Amino acid sequence: MKHILAVITAGLAAAFAASAADAQTLNQVKQRGQLICGTNTGLAGFALPDAQGNWAGLDIDYCRAIAAAVFGDATKVKFVPLDATSRFESLKSGAVDVLVRNTTWTLSRDSSQGLDFEATNYYDGQGFMVRKKMNINSALELNGASVCVQQGTTTELNLADYFRSNKMKYEVVAFKSDEETVKAYDSGRCDAFTTDASGLAAERVKLATPDDHVILPEIISKEPLASSVRKGDSQWATIVRWVHFAMVDAEESGVTSKNVDEMMKSPNPEVKRMLGVEGKFGEGLGIPNDWVVNIVREVGNYGEVFDRNVGAGSALKLPRGLNNLWTKGGLQYAPPIR
Amino acid sequence: MSSVGSPIGSPSGTDAAALTAPGRGSFINDPRNRAIFWQCVLVLAVAFLLYSAIDNARTNLAAKGQVFGFDFLSAPGGFDINQHLISFSSEEGSTYGRAFLVGLINTLLVSGIGIVLATILGFFIGIARLSTNWIVAKVAQVYVELIRNIPLLLQLIFWYNAVLKPLPNPRNALSFGAGFFLSNRGLTVPEPSFGPGAENIVYALIFGLLFAFAFRHWAKGRQESTGQQYPIGLVALIAIIGLPLLVFFFSGRPVHFDVPVQKGFNFAGGLQVYPELVALLLGLVLYTAAFIAEIVRAGIQAVSHGQIEAAHALGLRQKPTLNLVVIPQAMRVITPPLTSQFLNLTKNSSLAVAIGYPDLVQIFAGTALNQSAKAIEIMLMTMAVYLTLSLVTSFVMNIYNRRMALVER
Repeated sequence: MKHILAVITAGLAAAFAASAADAQTLNQVKQRGQLICGTNTGLAGFALPDAQGNWAGLDIDYCRAIAAAVFGDATKVKFVPLDATSRFESLKSGAVDVLVRNTTWTLSRDSSQGLDFEATNYYDGQGFMVRKKMNINSALELNGASVCVQQGTTTELNLADYFRSNKMKYEVVAFKSDEETVKAYDSGRCDAFTTDASGLAAERVKLATPDDHVILPEIISKEPLASSVRKGDSQWATIVRWVHFAMVDAEESGVTSKNVDEMMKSPNPEVKRMLGVEGKFGEGLGIPNDWVVNIVREVGNYGEVFDRNVGAGSALKLPRGLNNLWTKGGLQYAPPIR
Repeated sequence: MSSVGSPIGSPSGTDAAALTAPGRGSFINDPRNRAIFWQCVLVLAVAFLLYSAIDNARTNLAAKGQVFGFDFLSAPGGFDINQHLISFSSEEGSTYGRAFLVGLINTLLVSGIGIVLATILGFFIGIARLSTNWIVAKVAQVYVELIRNIPLLLQLIFWYNAVLKPLPNPRNALSFGAGFFLSNRGLTVPEPSFGPGAENIVYALIFGLLFAFAFRHWAKGRQESTGQQYPIGLVALIAIIGLPLLVFFFSGRPVHFDVPVQKGFNFAGGLQVYPELVALLLGLVLYTAAFIAEIVRAGIQAVSHGQIEAAHALGLRQKPTLNLVVIPQAMRVITPPLTSQFLNLTKNSSLAVAIGYPDLVQIFAGTALNQSAKAIEIMLMTMAVYLTLSLVTSFVMNIYNRRMALVER
């Protein structure tokens, strides 16, 4: 009796205490030997398990790149699928180390949700999808429509703003998960489905007959989809931020997963610093010095990852657009590694 | 105890002495002191757990720069809700507090209608299970066994996806005439609009109800003292339905119906009953009715058969036997578990989140929680609501139960 009580008390106290102190995330990850990454429950191009159950997508590759940077092994990562309403609580409670879940970076989330946004791995904007046979060419013709939307998202708020500012009426039908939202739209419960344009393209591919649906031209919002970590752990925040920067810098310098070993012999000082041949930049972050080599070798540079998951090499075939390098007219710009 | 029968062979005298003299051992060995000690340990452990949970929450909130408070309730939400019985729109800057009310009303709506319908259906099926007609009894049995043994969540998803969604779009809505349309946007019905003088109809209805009750009371008294019977049902029908109808025509038909017409994407005018509400009600009512049916059957079977035979022997026919002998006694058995089913239905209504019905959990503990980041405050409020609803239901049902309970003299 005494023992049982003591064990229960100690166990419960430990359970409470474990999350009480916001310990250094990097140390926790290293001790655990595995990164725990919060991702979408299933969004083609961003995070979706394939037929073998292996996760694939732009967000997934970001997670794998963080694992590669910390452990030198991109497989040391566990993916925790989260819906829109539970994502922030999961991150804050310590259930995941980092949230890479097509999450829009906004001021209120950055200031009052108890998390810090790090790097935008996809610049997106909100759009609408409707059935082709409705003969609608513009979102401004949606007056009176029923619109399916995922609850707890910026999308839900933008939708209200858009109809309000254009003096149109609508009926909102909100669902907890992306999947339910699309299912409701597909079954005719709604006239239109709204989410980020990349998400529209991804969901359209999954519909029974994608050609019966069109994506309207209007982009009604700015949706910088960014990674985030718990507030107050600047070391971990820096690592998460710089993993993305490293992938962008690698693309800019022409370092790819195929040529990374040759590039280590490159005389270019910029490439030398990046790949850890010169300087101790990785150690400054608290991770191995060849972190960028590991990221690029195991996962690839930003261009490769984009192409494979959402770009020309994928089913979605999204154009680079805003997500092109700054040198090619896009917004992906990373500070130098030096 | 004889020493021969004792397998251990210990002298029975010492056992008895130890049991009858509790104060003889040391202070620690006193079972009463030990009991008090463990009670104290338990209380301390619970207090410590509570303290550490609260302290943990406060530390974590502080570490992330968040403040505990309910100020957010007066901040505008910026989102919309389709089913709102009180006005709610992002355009008017409706607040989180307002969203809480909308969610609460939607929960009360579905629970209230659900409880009434489930009780009626449950009583019917429960009585059908006892029917002497083989087919009726078997159909009721199959219903109960089928519905009771499938998880409610699956049933809700079934009703929502398999039954309601294949309906046509609003442009090809099924028309039932008189402005009733069924489509995948739900049931669209004419909306009554009340002109001047309409309140008289409500007064007539209230008067009719009161009159019907008074008449029933009087008729019962007459019957008990003289044996004379009156047509209570017919009089009640005339008072409750006939009287308001009469007033309606005499005050110049002040109620108009706004008939919905197909326009654009949807219907213009009329009242819309959303498919989410219909699916949730279907699921909750059918599921809970199966349990209520079993409770009703058990209650009726709990009434001794001798009571029925005695009633028959006194010359009572089937109907008065049921009304005067069986049901009053069965209700004593039925009421307590029935209360529990009402509570279950109310709590189960939170499964609405699975099919997008904007109840308290979906709106407040879903959208509002996510947009405001006030997880602890919102969860506390939501839990408090369900606790209050359950306690109020229990309280009301306990009053009813006390009235029905056997009064011992």
